[in-house]
Amino acid sequence: MSRRITIDPITRLEGHGKIEIFLDEKGNVENAYLQVPELRGFEQFCVGRKAEDMPQLTSRICGVCPVAHHYAAVKALDAAFGVQPTETARKLRELIYCGYIIYDHILHFYFLGGPDFVVGPDAPKEKRNIIGVIEKVGLDTAREVIKHRAYGQRITEILGGKPTHPVSGVPGGQTKSLSEERRKEIETMARSCVEFAKFSLQLFEDVVLKNPAYMALVQNPKLGHSFYNMGMVDGENRVSFYDGPVRVTDQQGSEFVKFEGRDYLNHIAEHVLDWSYVKATYLKAVGYRGLADGPDSGLYRVGPLGRLNAADGMATPGADAAYRNLFDTFGTKPVNSTLAYHWARLVELLYAAERALELATDPGITGTDIRNMKFDMKPEGVGVVEAARGTLFHHYKLTEHRLIERVNLIVATTNNNGPICISVREAAKTLIRNGKVDDGLLNTVEMFFRAYDPCMACASHALGRPTVVIDVRRHDGEMVRQLAG
Amino acid sequence: MPDKLKFGFYWAASCGGCEIAVLDTNEKILDVLERADILFWPVAMDTKYAQVRAMPDRHLDVCFFNGSVRNSEQEELAHLLRRKSKVLVAFGSCAHHGCIPGLANLYKGEQILKRVYIEEPSVENPAGARPLARGKVPEGDVTLPEFYDRVSPLDRVVDVDYYLPGCPPAVPRIIDAMTAIFEGSLPAKGSVLGPPKALCDECDRNRHVAKKMPDIKRVWEVQADPGICFLEQGIICMGPVTRGGCGQRCINGNWPCTGCMGPAPEVSDQGGKMISALASILRVDDEKDITGPEAGKLLAQVKDPVGTFYMYGLASATISWRRQR
Repeated sequence: MSRRITIDPITRLEGHGKIEIFLDEKGNVENAYLQVPELRGFEQFCVGRKAEDMPQLTSRICGVCPVAHHYAAVKALDAAFGVQPTETARKLRELIYCGYIIYDHILHFYFLGGPDFVVGPDAPKEKRNIIGVIEKVGLDTAREVIKHRAYGQRITEILGGKPTHPVSGVPGGQTKSLSEERRKEIETMARSCVEFAKFSLQLFEDVVLKNPAYMALVQNPKLGHSFYNMGMVDGENRVSFYDGPVRVTDQQGSEFVKFEGRDYLNHIAEHVLDWSYVKATYLKAVGYRGLADGPDSGLYRVGPLGRLNAADGMATPGADAAYRNLFDTFGTKPVNSTLAYHWARLVELLYAAERALELATDPGITGTDIRNMKFDMKPEGVGVVEAARGTLFHHYKLTEHRLIERVNLIVATTNNNGPICISVREAAKTLIRNGKVDDGLLNTVEMFFRAYDPCMACASHALGRPTVVIDVRRHDGEMVRQLAG
Repeated sequence: MPDKLKFGFYWAASCGGCEIAVLDTNEKILDVLERADILFWPVAMDTKYAQVRAMPDRHLDVCFFNGSVRNSEQEELAHLLRRKSKVLVAFGSCAHHGCIPGLANLYKGEQILKRVYIEEPSVENPAGARPLARGKVPEGDVTLPEFYDRVSPLDRVVDVDYYLPGCPPAVPRIIDAMTAIFEGSLPAKGSVLGPPKALCDECDRNRHVAKKMPDIKRVWEVQADPGICFLEQGIICMGPVTRGGCGQRCINGNWPCTGCMGPAPEVSDQGGKMISALASILRVDDEKDITGPEAGKLLAQVKDPVGTFYMYGLASATISWRRQR
């Protein structure tokens, strides 16, 4: 007799999901599935739209990472219009992008993933949230969290019009330049964000690294998985969010391939799962071997840990020191521990803040040469950026009237879907033994998708919106427990 | 001190931007938490569906529901939260009018499934696998919500008390709504919680240089002057027919209004009214001719009229569009 446990919906993530856990007769986990129950169909309904509307249409794929979709779309249009943005426009785009990473990484660490550490994985569920975090860390710290998340949004608002769903990107440039008054405001905010990022890294060290119970979870080899890793890099193989080639490293940390975004179809492909609306991507050169890790499986990780693993360092001094500290602490590279995503995210927060400060103090940032309108029209274009959650590909074919003819989107969470499903399955197998299940244990299972900061809204751009449910059933299929449903 | 109110937040087919807009109230959220307990909020809290089902009916004082209804799970949650709430607010453009994802009503669900799971150039799926509402894995059955053929705004599914417009709603409008809730000063049921005027009436671009609109331009063809009315620069701006109160966020980003706040007061069909307004300012002499050849000439200048005039409102528009292919 097998039993089933369902977690419905999974919570503290962007979008919908459900986890189904199947138990054998001894109450051990046979298998677990993270299902995404939604789809919205952007690839279809964007056909026929004006090319210049794409940065705003596709930003509605995700209101948490709209800047990522906006600029993946703008870069695809740059390519299709055969134009390079001006130097000033490029700097403005990278600055707005840093603002977005600052806001998004703070959101995840303090509001979504962090409560599991700060309040505790098996704290009462009423406390496992930002309200519990505020009670624990105090109102003064809470105000700092709120303030710096708001700074990230404010940078986007200054440069992009709206903080959620900005309007600033056009083929070849930006709609709006930066005034000296606003530049000073951004500089002040960026300075403050650098200090806040350092505070957050220290908090992680104090709360997580010095807690033996958490470190047991972080370092449990059954809760880490060996995948290829992917991320964009600059000319010196350092993490880059806005631009650069895509680098993939293997299970030993060696470069497997480095490719330009426009060649993505030569390197990655998508596999359709009949039990989820979200597909799973894999490296074409290795192939799809099911939901398995190891060198024979073409699955790869993206997002903060994937990026740090796929790079050789960070391009700003404080973040580079934090990067080396992370790898020195684990003593290996790549780091495979799923929960190390949280730490990697804070290293990137520091990088985004330091880079924002560099750009805000760049004398060229207030230039007014924000549009290059010398177009050399092409029939199609690919745009790639690093969303907070991982590598994001937009690919459009355009008519001669610059209307959209065809759209293909591969989003961060689709790239991570295979590894996320495996992490949830193996966490359930490791943590649920002999039929013993409680709320804290099931929340600990949820921590293993949460670490990735998945965005099911992005992943389900195709049709609707995703939901994850965990079901625990007896092996005859009878539902034992549907904790959430 | 009076009892705290009980709030719920839910998202259906949406992008999450409405949740971020709530967080963008920043320190004001701390004031809300002093006066209300949030009992259900999947993005931030661990309350599961089972606990919502177990609540007494009308347990929540106010539920803020964002997103449209696109599948069977969202429909179930819409009915469930209607039953559990005294006041149901359609929060944001998706719940209000279907928003950009409502453009999917141009296509049938089947076309979308085929495109996503079979035809995309990165998909390798020789067996033609599809996500199944009732699927099987070796260990047993697994289910997914049924994907509907259409996107429905919330009030096509359940009774809605108030609408908070915008994509996402502007923070001052959210704060106004919260204040009205706490002070018991909400307007008549069915009201849109926004100012009763059009965006044009509050726009800062008061430099008018032309008496009429020149030929229609696309935003990438010109570098728009940030001080001059977009329409007078030949760029279509939905300001005349769209409700104000958004804070002119797109205008401040030097981008024309695309209509996310929904129709201005007294406007029933936002897109239809804009076509009519364009006919006037483009000097089509006889407005009655809007259905005739003059309208044809006008619309020929407008690329993608559906996406231009109904970017947010297609799912609730008077006319229903579907391209037959």
